[in-house]
Amino acid sequence: MTVKEQTIQPHAELYPVDKLLRADRLPHILCPGCGIGTVIHGYVHAIAASGVDEDNHVCVSGIGCSGRASGYVNVDSYHATHGRALPFALGIAVHNPELNVTVISGDGDLTAIGGNHLIHAARRNVNLNVICINNFNYGMTGGQVGPTTPIGAKGTTAPNGAVEYPFNLPYLAKATGAIFVARWTILHVREFQDAVLRSMNKQGFCFIEVLAPCPTSFGKANKIGDGLHEVEIYRERCRVENGAPDVEALDIDLIDESKAITVGNFVDIERKPFMV
Amino acid sequence: MPNSTAAASVQVDIEAPVLSGTHFMLGDHACAEGALAAGLDFFAGYPITPSTEIAEHLARRLPAVGGRFVQMEDELASMAAIIGASAAGAHSLTATSGPGFSLMMENIGLAAMMELPCVVADVQRASPSTGLPTMVGQSDILQARWGSHGDYGIIAYCPSSPQECFDLTLRAFHEADRYRVPAFILMDEVVGHMTERVLIPSADDLPVPCRKGPREPPGGEPFLSYAPDEDLVPPIAHAGEGYKVHMTGLTHDERGYPAMFAETHDKLINRLVDKIRLNAADIVMYEAVDVDDADTIVVSFGCTARSARHAVSQARREGLKCGLLRLITVWPFPETPIREIIKRGNVKRFIVPEINLGQLRREVERLTHLPVIRLNHAGGAMPTPNAILELIRS
Repeated sequence: MTVKEQTIQPHAELYPVDKLLRADRLPHILCPGCGIGTVIHGYVHAIAASGVDEDNHVCVSGIGCSGRASGYVNVDSYHATHGRALPFALGIAVHNPELNVTVISGDGDLTAIGGNHLIHAARRNVNLNVICINNFNYGMTGGQVGPTTPIGAKGTTAPNGAVEYPFNLPYLAKATGAIFVARWTILHVREFQDAVLRSMNKQGFCFIEVLAPCPTSFGKANKIGDGLHEVEIYRERCRVENGAPDVEALDIDLIDESKAITVGNFVDIERKPFMV
Repeated sequence: MPNSTAAASVQVDIEAPVLSGTHFMLGDHACAEGALAAGLDFFAGYPITPSTEIAEHLARRLPAVGGRFVQMEDELASMAAIIGASAAGAHSLTATSGPGFSLMMENIGLAAMMELPCVVADVQRASPSTGLPTMVGQSDILQARWGSHGDYGIIAYCPSSPQECFDLTLRAFHEADRYRVPAFILMDEVVGHMTERVLIPSADDLPVPCRKGPREPPGGEPFLSYAPDEDLVPPIAHAGEGYKVHMTGLTHDERGYPAMFAETHDKLINRLVDKIRLNAADIVMYEAVDVDDADTIVVSFGCTARSARHAVSQARREGLKCGLLRLITVWPFPETPIREIIKRGNVKRFIVPEINLGQLRREVERLTHLPVIRLNHAGGAMPTPNAILELIRS
């Protein structure tokens, strides 16, 4: 069977960030209710507000649904191998320090297969903005559990519920040396966008975890419902605590309704950046 | 630059972009100097015997000439970093040995697929696994060609001396740019750790970099990163140049956008292979010694070719009609020179000595029905001139 290639021509500018999106790549591959589009929206708005020429913005991603983000933004963009977005981005950022390099990738890509690169990029304080889209599972391959899946949550590779302790990503990023650490959700559109903008204007390793629904895989397996239902969970349970003193205690338990999810900008310090 | 001595080669003028002059130099250092002469901007690597001297040398030299040296957390990261740097316009290098080369394989496929030029020096040791870390091997010959999954084209050189470590590293950068491929310097522990005379030309005599850039300024029609010229090689635009490229390891169209179609895949992968296959006559390098009337041809490469050269010259003194075909590029495999030698009709047999169990012998066997005699050591020791000579006499 031959699938006909669809081309949608970009029309006259309708929206301030139109030129930062690759309209000729629409329709995108993401599912209804997926949070990745909202993350891309925040990223391109931050580019527009950054004061840095769009030609000097670079987007790198790894593999997975979130890894496809780089393919939709109209800046120099690279879709690297699974887990290797960070060292690929290091090569770009270190060779040309004029470039403002953002890595957008998923929790599995950045913290499981790419976990070693994450801690070393943070340790070095490489001048990168990292947006880690956390949907608590491997979405593209159909909903397997990963290192961010809450204990008890179900996935196709943990039909009786995950038994491993998940990462607390802000704590990991802080402990390994990131100079800016935040956690937001796709409900916190403006706060997330401001955090990305803050990262773009800092020299060093900045890490933003952004919680995003994956209704097709994680939501369905865990009876969360559609994307909107998961966003409602964010609205009901998120507690903003900028500068939270105890990042160690910021574990997420999406399943236990009694537990708050702490979001905010947790770390904002200065440390000598790597080779800028 | 005055001639330097062995001691002086350790204390080189670290700020000289090109160390023009005559040196008594380690093979690993000569490889590093070849990269610098080619305009190396970026090195990422991870220490591994017997390649570590390349990284150590560049840790001193590269920052002094304005480049960037990064010691990475592993070889997966090293390979990814040199591809990223290449995407931003760098001439980039990593250096490793068998175990690290294995870890680089997935990203070597990415470099082939994104068509981002870069150079990998693999100083081979006795393998598989950890093997004999400090002892010689020629164990990665087939891995260099086939190690990453799928079909793709690459270029690989096998230096036989420190001089060739310099010359071929320089050339590898040139050819990687020319064809937008990863290029390999398949050194071996003997050549990497051998100190010999190395002549480095003056900067004016070095080849000019030849990475083809876009022909139009940015801002007009979208730039097609993968629209090939007649030579099947597309021009390249780098990050920050304003062309808004997209590069992916997914099957992609000429714009670089993912295109999940069997026809697109077939066309793309055939071009990746053909751009090397069809340009092989321009890429392939070899040295033929006394082959015209020879009935026995020793096909050899790397350090093994040094034993082979000695054996062939001794056999000639004994009146035996034998010749040496020394392969300088092993990939693309020099098929045409071997076919031409066979066509002359004198040749009765080939001898292929290798420090592996017959990786390149298969390639020779593929081209001929004549006997192809093996002389193999699994690693840790070289075939001696006498062992090769005895086979020639037999």
